[in-house]
Amino acid sequence: MTNPHDIAEHAQRSSRWRPAEFAFWIAAVACAVLFPSRYLIMTDIVRLALFALSLDLILGYAGIVSLGHAAFFGVGAYCAGLLALHGIINEPVLALLAAGLVATALGFVTSFLVIRGVDLTRLMVTLGIALLLEALAERFSNVTGGTDGLQGIEMQPLLGMFAFDMFGKVGFWYCLTVLFLLFLLARRIVHSPFGLSLRAIRNNPLRAAAVGIPVNRRLIAIYTVAAFYAGIAGALFTQTTALASLDVFSFERSADLMLVLVIGGTGYLYGGLIGAVVFKMLQELFSTITPQYWQFWIGLVLVVIVMMGRERMHRWALWLPRLVIRQLRLMKSPAVASGRDAS
Amino acid sequence: MTTLLTILFDGVAYGMLLFVLACGLAVTLGLMNFVNLAHGAFAMTGGYVCAVLVNNSGWPFFAALPLAFVSAAVIGVVLERSLYRHLYTRHHLDQVLFSIGLVFMSVAAVDYIMGSSRIFIKLPAALEGQFDLFGVGIGRYRLMIIAICGLLTLALQLILARTRFGSRLRAAVDDPRAASGLGINVPQVFALTFAFGCGLAGFGGALSAEILGLDPYFPLKFMIYFLIVVTVGGSSSITGPFLASLLLGIGDVAGKYYVPKMGPFVIYTIMIVILIWRPNGLFGRTAAR
Repeated sequence: MTNPHDIAEHAQRSSRWRPAEFAFWIAAVACAVLFPSRYLIMTDIVRLALFALSLDLILGYAGIVSLGHAAFFGVGAYCAGLLALHGIINEPVLALLAAGLVATALGFVTSFLVIRGVDLTRLMVTLGIALLLEALAERFSNVTGGTDGLQGIEMQPLLGMFAFDMFGKVGFWYCLTVLFLLFLLARRIVHSPFGLSLRAIRNNPLRAAAVGIPVNRRLIAIYTVAAFYAGIAGALFTQTTALASLDVFSFERSADLMLVLVIGGTGYLYGGLIGAVVFKMLQELFSTITPQYWQFWIGLVLVVIVMMGRERMHRWALWLPRLVIRQLRLMKSPAVASGRDAS
Repeated sequence: MTTLLTILFDGVAYGMLLFVLACGLAVTLGLMNFVNLAHGAFAMTGGYVCAVLVNNSGWPFFAALPLAFVSAAVIGVVLERSLYRHLYTRHHLDQVLFSIGLVFMSVAAVDYIMGSSRIFIKLPAALEGQFDLFGVGIGRYRLMIIAICGLLTLALQLILARTRFGSRLRAAVDDPRAASGLGINVPQVFALTFAFGCGLAGFGGALSAEILGLDPYFPLKFMIYFLIVVTVGGSSSITGPFLASLLLGIGDVAGKYYVPKMGPFVIYTIMIVILIWRPNGLFGRTAAR
């Protein structure tokens, strides 16, 4: 493995599409076809998945613990809302990009604050930025609508062809397409040399700097990219619900997001997507049991996950799938398996 | 001029209160390096215990205050022994997740038991109203807070600096391994400290019901304030958090008075600037541990 050629080959092999990944996306599309009455909740899941993907980029790959990721979500949401409300950019896709870019700019500026200091300072600064934006949005309520939120947003048809319908069908396909495209991009990023260097930084910043990785610049870059993703997620939220209120910045949103990512697991991109599905289902389940107090059970899930240990939980969850895969492999190539046993 | 002095007085009272609420966190977060976002939940417990005793059982306010301390401390020590203790050496992310989970649970539980509206504690008549001192309006309740919290701060400083327990705690925090090698029961010291900090938070919660307001969202609303006190104050001694909470108290009261709409905005901006300027806090150690 010390040969550079071997390492390149290894990296290439690990970046290849696996059958399970194809299965995941086929399942996502199949869900859309199978449950046509559930578009709204599925759209919710897709948006949350994109938002969690964004956090995974900085938490799972760069090791930055952020308590205020909702800041970028909120900026994206308000941008998309204001653009549509005042008819500045009527085309939703363009507005989406514009909102994403504004969030990116904010991410770039604030990244300089975030890369300074240790974990605790980062926590405080990210949390502080989100609270700051919330206070600002409340202060300038003539622009943002204050606690009532932006009202009367009307979305123009997508690409001039597909009008958003009541059942959320167009909205869902729109979100899923955006998620898939951005997922491809994220996948490309994390398997590139850039992504590998991020992992080196996460594991040991000092050592990473010693082998010549410009730690701060890499962190700024990934933080900015993550802000773009979060901004897009926020803009999708506004565009598909025609709503943007102060709670887009709320602490609960950032905290829930961490739970999503922790359920799914950090550092392999699908964590956020799987976590979003599980989280929304849990939330549905809890709010049917106790409509008012579902937060209690969410909190309990968090505590239990941490006490059990995140790794152990994922090992247990993957026990059955892994067993199946192993059995399948054995059935497919009994010769190889028996040969390995002999040696 | 007199308005300025009144603001200063109210700010000092507010700051003292914040200090009592947050000084337990200064130990767990600042000294033991455990990110405990659930600190406000202990304060809320104390507040609600006091409210129930005074309003429903007819206890006198001053008799209910020690019970607020005890109840929060007991819950603190139970949680420390059963849950927190396992997380001291874990990654910060785990600690954050765990304590957020506790906050969510406490908010929903209190909402379920006590209802979601704001609760007031019936105060004795002697504490209500205010009197004039050279034209400056002095609230009786706030004056009492300043007196109690001032005494508490002095006592804390003495305990930390002069007593055997204080030196054990400092030793355990500086180097747990060496401390346990010297025969100090480190887990016991941590548990006691944690419980005491929670008790103080509960005490502060009971005192603050009148000024900060007490409802189930208390731990979420004031979480950032407690964190500011500790991170801005630094972790070298309790004087840092004390000064930081005074600054925060005065700044917040003045901000709400002079620029009412920009109040929180000013606080958060100052916090971010200070943390960028000195990541280890205003009065912290210069080298990161």
